[in-house]
Amino acid sequence: MSETTEQKKPAGRRKFELDPRLEKYKGVWVFVEHERGAAHSVSWELMGEGRKLADKLGVPLAGVVMGAPGLQTRRFCQEAFHYGADLCYLMEDPLLSDYRNQPFTKGLTDLVNTYQPEILLLGATTLGRDLAGSVATTLQTGLTADCTELNIDMENRSLAATRPTFGGSLLCTIVTLNYRPQMATVRPRVMSMPKKDETRNGTITEHPLGMIETDIVTKVLEYIPDNLAGKPQLPFADIIVSGGRGMKRPDNFQLIWDLAKVLGAEVGATRPVVQAGWVELDRQVGQSGKTVRPKLYIAAGISGAIQHRVGMEGSDVIIAINTDENAPIFDFATYGIVGNAMTILPALTEAFRQQLATRKVAV
Amino acid sequence: MHIVVCIKQVPDSAQIRVHPVTNTIMRQGVPAIVNPYDLFALEEALRLKDKYGARVTVLCMGPPQAEAALRKAISFGADDAILVTDRAFAGSDTLATSFALASAIRKIQEDMPVDIVFAGKQTIDGDTAQVGPGIAKRMDLQLLTYVAKIADLDLNKREIVIHRRAEGGVQVLKTKLPCLITMLEGSNEMRFATMANMFRAARYPLKQWDKDAAGIEDVTKIGLKGSPTIVSKVFAPQPKSQRAEIIDCESREPKDLSVTLLAKMFTRYPNLAEEIGKNAA
Amino acid sequence: MDEKFDAIVVGAGPSGNAAAYTMAKAGLKVLQIERGEYPGSKNVQGAILYSKALEEIIPDFREDAPLERHIIEQQMWVLDDESYVGSTYRSAEFNKQPYNRYTIIRAQFDKWFSRRVQDAGALLVCETTVTNLIMDRNRVIGVQTDREGGSIYADVVILADGVNSLLAKKAGFHPELEPKDVALAVKEIHFLPEETIQSRFNTGEGEGVVIEMAGKITQGMMGTGFLYTNKDSLTIGVGCMLSDFKSQKTTPYLLLEQMKAHPAIRPLIEGGEMKEYTAHLIPEGGYKAMPKLVGEGWMIVGDSGMFVNAVHREGSNLAMTTGRLAAETVIDLKQKDLPMTAANLAYYQGRLEDSFVMKDLKKYKNMPEIFHKNNQFFTEYPELLNRAAHTMLTVDGVDKKTKEREIRKSFKTRRSLFGLMGDAFKMWRAFE
Repeated sequence: MSETTEQKKPAGRRKFELDPRLEKYKGVWVFVEHERGAAHSVSWELMGEGRKLADKLGVPLAGVVMGAPGLQTRRFCQEAFHYGADLCYLMEDPLLSDYRNQPFTKGLTDLVNTYQPEILLLGATTLGRDLAGSVATTLQTGLTADCTELNIDMENRSLAATRPTFGGSLLCTIVTLNYRPQMATVRPRVMSMPKKDETRNGTITEHPLGMIETDIVTKVLEYIPDNLAGKPQLPFADIIVSGGRGMKRPDNFQLIWDLAKVLGAEVGATRPVVQAGWVELDRQVGQSGKTVRPKLYIAAGISGAIQHRVGMEGSDVIIAINTDENAPIFDFATYGIVGNAMTILPALTEAFRQQLATRKVAV
Repeated sequence: MHIVVCIKQVPDSAQIRVHPVTNTIMRQGVPAIVNPYDLFALEEALRLKDKYGARVTVLCMGPPQAEAALRKAISFGADDAILVTDRAFAGSDTLATSFALASAIRKIQEDMPVDIVFAGKQTIDGDTAQVGPGIAKRMDLQLLTYVAKIADLDLNKREIVIHRRAEGGVQVLKTKLPCLITMLEGSNEMRFATMANMFRAARYPLKQWDKDAAGIEDVTKIGLKGSPTIVSKVFAPQPKSQRAEIIDCESREPKDLSVTLLAKMFTRYPNLAEEIGKNAA
Repeated sequence: MDEKFDAIVVGAGPSGNAAAYTMAKAGLKVLQIERGEYPGSKNVQGAILYSKALEEIIPDFREDAPLERHIIEQQMWVLDDESYVGSTYRSAEFNKQPYNRYTIIRAQFDKWFSRRVQDAGALLVCETTVTNLIMDRNRVIGVQTDREGGSIYADVVILADGVNSLLAKKAGFHPELEPKDVALAVKEIHFLPEETIQSRFNTGEGEGVVIEMAGKITQGMMGTGFLYTNKDSLTIGVGCMLSDFKSQKTTPYLLLEQMKAHPAIRPLIEGGEMKEYTAHLIPEGGYKAMPKLVGEGWMIVGDSGMFVNAVHREGSNLAMTTGRLAAETVIDLKQKDLPMTAANLAYYQGRLEDSFVMKDLKKYKNMPEIFHKNNQFFTEYPELLNRAAHTMLTVDGVDKKTKEREIRKSFKTRRSLFGLMGDAFKMWRAFE
């Protein structure tokens, strides 16, 4: 991604011929991120996206698994197959038990130089960004961060990576022409989770790290896991009820909590609400907060500014309640109620409560 | 100890608007600010200076106007400021930017070796978080990203212990100097400049380096030529073609509106009723 | 801090910049303190620049100042609810160099001006608030700021901190502003492509138009509306007396919204993207509301001294001229090695009297009162004028003589002949 997009005139469709030395770079790779025994869901979201890209190009899709030797890494390879990978590159070494920049950069760089993929995707997590930036610099290739859409420009078989820029007010599509691999990172929950197919299988290619502990300068002294108990987990919630400035007063937010309680939902909010201190920072949905894609998103008193929209428009069903019938949220919600959230919310809570009660009886 | 802090001047993204007709960024009247994430890096460097004694050199690559960002850094207490500015840098992507900055830091080293390079987590205009790691790799510095806290610094052993934000937890890492640290937001609070430093900033003879002064010989590594990525298209987000179905009923009572909504929704999305049932249970 | 200056200028708007520039250029050691993040940061809207005042400070300003368009046409509109009667003056004279008036964007202009001030050698410190004046008995000897080590001393302090000069008030130099002496103006900037502006206003590249508006748009309140063309944007706004807003219980925002919806105005701004909404207090009390301008070791310039000609909507040129004259007074005293006493600084007042500043302000000194007491200028007259035009211009078989009679009649019924004559007399007196 250009640091100075503004100075650059869009290049448009460029006539271009790939350097013959780069033609041998083939295949799409997804880096499978895992920490403390669990794979990060963004890896599988990327696997789904990588599958589409690989199919368009007619090339295989590979997962890259790096970690300490043991059952876990094998399990991640299997999962990669289930989510769409044709093969996996596996690098096992005790030195890879914790994430450290130096061995992971060397390992991934070696894999790329040996097996030469044309596209390499990573999650835009703290680990993914640390590693992607290092690997791209080492390989002297292009890297596009925080993409929201990936596609193949069939004319020259290059990766067209689209990302928001200038705080989400614009989108830009970035290509990496005469460099390989073409690298991109994608934020968690931006892409949808692919269906798991447990009948799928694939081949595993192992490759050594080739380092000893004394080669590595940085040591992990400790890992302090976050105390997640009681912390909101919006990115993985199936139902979210969110409130915006239209809720007028902090005590009106109780109506949001009431509905959330009936639905077993998480409570979300817009940036102004979080900044006003009505709810905690972890509940902020949008450009500078969390990206969510629940099955149902209820937006009360939210106008639908682009900064909020980019964080929630991937929701399956969006219900919007707003007094202003011209509010932008009605441009992309599934259902809209033009009205005062303070009177609609209690009624909606009651309607859901009754619907749930009758369901119970029916079951 | 010599610390280099890399900062960038950015347009205040909160005030940016897109021209409705031409789809270009309207910069008129949009103030340029120091990238807010960089201030955490600068403050951390100044705290190390207060505690251990250090020379803090601030480095910025950008157009001549970016000198305002550097003067601001001086007003907070940085000792020196260097603006790397050259038309040849126009169009640089992160790879070309890290090349130019790494060259400039090497040039700074000629004067006094650098122990720690600080950078912000990312910029608010580019949002890439790639330049920091890029500099570290090019200069073979130990890379420490998303640092929430510097727990210990032993200048005799040249060792540093930091807390790094990872997914689902915090890594406590120990490494050797020289290193590059990208600071996490909220890790500290920027000080209020003293009047003496305000005067110093206003009078400071800023150093401007062109590409030659920054020690860059290979021009294929900077600007558009040195940038693998190319912006092929810039466009405004397209509104979804489908507008919301507005729920209406005769009475327009909240209760009836709610019931109508649920009826419509569960007819169109029968699975949703089940999902909600599962979730509520 | 031990450092002492010849002069401290508080504020980096047009008046403060003019003062600081003039003194620094003459070799004085000048410190300028600005509250905002940078000069112009609190001033985002468009404005009109009158060349003369700036020319006398920076003769070659046209070479690099950020000027939007030079004005080749001035329109005056009197609006009714649905219509307007207007006069237009466009002259080829206005298209001859050097141009007389320009539209500017204050944020950019102030920044440019400040650059010149700094290049002239003044020391500028921003994001710093002067919290108090440091006094030695009744003499001002410096300023105290909100920063550590922030007490700075100087021979003279020039207050250029704007209409609501907290500092002057705090020091008791300035009475509390009265709502009848202050106008509240709201402005918006609407962005449009350059070519669209040129075709809508029938101008060439770099040429601009100013429209002044009066009448129903202010809903009976004393005030005017305005629209200027910038390079690729329009400045539109309306200003009324603060006291009127209070008694009419309306808001400036609402007023502007209604004004923009006027059938004659809407098409001019159509399709533009609104960028910036700002409210600004303008001192319009005129000559009679002026505070004391000099004292022991201090002077007041610009808006804080009520230097605004409300009738001609001139502010920044008065501001710059007062800044320059104050500076010249200081330079003069320095050269003669005289102390900055109230008596010596009073030369500033003399210079003001000799300049157009005081002459103009004195000339219109009764205007505010006349408009305050006679709101028919903003209600009935516009309506009658528009009705007259409508009657004259509607082709309906009635002869023109009868129409004229009808018009006269309508003026008379709405307002007595005596009232009409009285108004004319008052206006004549005021303008004379």
